Amino acid sequence: MKKILVYIEQQNDGLKRTSFEVITAARNISAGIPMVGVILNGNADVIKSAGDYGLSKVVNAKHSLLEKTSIMSASAVVYQVAKSEEADLILFAGNAAGMEIAPRVAVKMDAGYICDCVALEVTEGNIVASKPVYAGKSQIRTSVDSDNKVFSLRPNVFTASKSEGSVNCEVIDFTPELTESDCKDVVVNVMKNEGKLDVLEADVIVSGGRGIKGPENYHLIEALANTLGGAVGASRAVVDAGWRPHAEQVGQTGKTVSPSLYIASGISGAVQHLAGMSTSKTIVAINKDKDAPIFKVADYGIVGDLFDVLPKLNEKIKSILN
Amino acid sequence: MNILVCISRVPDTASRILVGSDGKNIDTQGIKFVVNPYDEFAIEEGLRLREKNGGTVTAIVIGTEASKDVLRTALAMGVDKAVLVKGKEPDDSFYVARNLAEYAKTISPDLVLLGRQSVDYDSRQMASALGEMLGMPSISVVSKLTIENGKATAEKDIEGGKVVVEAALPCLISCQKGLNDPRYPKLPDIMKAKSKPIEEIVPAETQNKVTILDMTMPSKKRVGKILGAEDADIDELVKLLHEEAKVI
Repeated sequence: MKKILVYIEQQNDGLKRTSFEVITAARNISAGIPMVGVILNGNADVIKSAGDYGLSKVVNAKHSLLEKTSIMSASAVVYQVAKSEEADLILFAGNAAGMEIAPRVAVKMDAGYICDCVALEVTEGNIVASKPVYAGKSQIRTSVDSDNKVFSLRPNVFTASKSEGSVNCEVIDFTPELTESDCKDVVVNVMKNEGKLDVLEADVIVSGGRGIKGPENYHLIEALANTLGGAVGASRAVVDAGWRPHAEQVGQTGKTVSPSLYIASGISGAVQHLAGMSTSKTIVAINKDKDAPIFKVADYGIVGDLFDVLPKLNEKIKSILN
Repeated sequence: MNILVCISRVPDTASRILVGSDGKNIDTQGIKFVVNPYDEFAIEEGLRLREKNGGTVTAIVIGTEASKDVLRTALAMGVDKAVLVKGKEPDDSFYVARNLAEYAKTISPDLVLLGRQSVDYDSRQMASALGEMLGMPSISVVSKLTIENGKATAEKDIEGGKVVVEAALPCLISCQKGLNDPRYPKLPDIMKAKSKPIEEIVPAETQNKVTILDMTMPSKKRVGKILGAEDADIDELVKLLHEEAKVI
């Protein structure tokens, strides 16, 4: 390893939390190897916060074509920065953008790429990545054979922690060489889930399954999610029944989430659902059936009727939070 | 339209996964293999676009003789042509991408469709990797697609919402649930598919870029405290979440 390049992103007035996670992960495997960040059209004052996490240099790529937010142009920029910095190890957050940019950068660099890593360790000078496979039913440890290496890290799994003693983060402007042919894909519209927290961004998720019996009862889930400042999730059964939108589905054919707290209520715990939430930090299961598979992956379980339990739990948590 | 659909052969999602005797792969004993569920959306979308615009849908799989079963499924659903790149059991994403790219170059498709990820290695990289190799744009995790005037307009999921992306053809689309409802092949079509030709191609050899060191079952580090549903139990749960797990 010669140098680590970290792809970081700005959101509103700060860097994304996932960016801090990736910087921390880079720091933990760096063992003195230089680290540098790359950001597209960033704000220098915002970028400087990366210094708290030990990143002493960030290349801020600026180009009018980058306003088109194209995956192809972002990939071209990361590659150009990697070349000029002579970086041979590139880390991305495994969010929607990272998952599209990383494979392109890997091809450009003739690098092996491992996506959706949940752990990175250095063994005999080589990086060994752990990655869930078969929807989390098993896990592999894998390493990259090529000189250049690219990894993406599952969001919310790596803990972001500030480095001992903040460093000054030098921000260097960089003008990439871009043409229209680097921007063949262009974002023309962004549709935010208005006022609704997305399960991919939430630190707390309260999900409902078939046990909720009908869409008219979902207010019980929503109330608890509200109290906790969390997002509402759903099992596949609930989405397939048309009770909830697909955007809320957690599991193998939905979203993979990893919040600090995941509360599964009335969800039996089919393997396809477990696949989407098993790396959550703390899992609570509420189910009538004491033999439901969900209890096997839960930290805490309540065997009981969710129609009794959810309102009581909500009141109790409210009283604690006050 | 000339449409290429890339499919993979994976264990049925309800399969119980166990680590095989080599400690690096799954034990395939008793596993039922199927078309990757997300690839069914890709096949369906290809067929609908052909029904609307005319053209040809070619399905391709990188695999072994055993992979012919998923091509037969694709043929039964209605694809025009089936191609098997017949070599080793794919063990490296780069090998798969390179061989898909090599074939794509020979037919110059207007559109390449694939599933958002194959549910074995869950790598979510093929559309981007292939796009890069072919110099084509790619749009991933697409749940709505319109092709008009030589341009793809696609809705894709991102954190906190969706974005609409435009890309000129030729391009690649990775398909997400919600894009369509894949058709079930009819029995006569399943029978007919059995005798349809499958073109076999010798793979380009590539150097693997990643090595799997070992495969393990996920370690269970969960506390596993199971309580009842009395008021005292709920008090206890909240106390544990507050003081032990420190999540509220």
